[in-house]
Amino acid sequence: MNVSPELDARFRAAAADAGLLDVAYDLVDTPLGRLLVAATDAGVCRISYDPEPEREIETLAKLLGTRVLRTAKPIDPARRQLDEYFEQRRHEFDVDLDLRLSADFSRRVLEELARVPYGETTTYGDLAVRAARPRAARAVGTVMNRNPIPIILPCHRVVGANGSLVGYGGGLERKEALLRLEGALL
Amino acid sequence: MEVVAVPPFERFYVEHRDVVFGFLARRLGRSAAEDAFQETFLRALRGWDRLEHARHLRAWILTIAARVAIDTARKRPAEDALADADGVVEDRQPAYAELAFLADELPATERAAVVLRYGYDLPYAEIGAALGSSEDAARAAASSGIRRLRKKEGLT
Repeated sequence: MNVSPELDARFRAAAADAGLLDVAYDLVDTPLGRLLVAATDAGVCRISYDPEPEREIETLAKLLGTRVLRTAKPIDPARRQLDEYFEQRRHEFDVDLDLRLSADFSRRVLEELARVPYGETTTYGDLAVRAARPRAARAVGTVMNRNPIPIILPCHRVVGANGSLVGYGGGLERKEALLRLEGALL
Repeated sequence: MEVVAVPPFERFYVEHRDVVFGFLARRLGRSAAEDAFQETFLRALRGWDRLEHARHLRAWILTIAARVAIDTARKRPAEDALADADGVVEDRQPAYAELAFLADELPATERAAVVLRYGYDLPYAEIGAALGSSEDAARAAASSGIRRLRKKEGLT
């Protein structure tokens, strides 16, 4: 006997309300395709492009705890802000982030990355300087490539010293689209 | 024994939600089954991080569902319970309570088979599905469990 969609949604919401989840996630549709957005009690911990939810939730369960459940409400603030961002009505994200899986250098770089303003670009080398490791431009590139929360942590705003786009975890065409959206590319 | 890692709750929930709802709807009727369904999976979620392995998850969730069904039936007003199929619900409670206590020391599979068969009156085919084995294996596990219990209680 099948569970009705209403009952299903009711249970998922109740599980989140009861504070019983390690990780809540949902799929969010954007002009750049469907994203998987995941959050813990501490904040958004993951955004992935072209998600394969089955695999994604296995990884989240291993890293953050097995009480992983798809449920809309904890993701709603991030979803709303992403909508506004893609409609060019929002320039800054105001959601808590959970960066507990990024340690030391990565974390410092991601925190510096969060300060790069909307519509501007910086370089890998510059970000390395700001993270107090001026010779680590290449390592900064690796951190960008593994950015757990793209878009909100704007690794698309980091380009090569000669202005070339270099690379993007979600594919170069998405990097270009984000920079165009922000007016950073003509 | 092979260790089976505990899966993400999402996967477990999606795999078992329809079976659990069917189980509860047969015992409580569709509308009461809805609250019981939610309670069952909330209880499962509360116990989830204490699970040490993922064997017999279907038997585990059905055992929780059966307990919730009993609690639900108890909470019903008396006239409601009387209207239920000739007090079947009332008869089932002591059977389960006694069995769960007696069966505590049985190996996991036999305990699940005995409790599901004699406590909840589940057919062997369903028990087999719950245990991830066959109808025959479930029958064998239940009867070996019963033999063991008789021995323990000095009934042979």
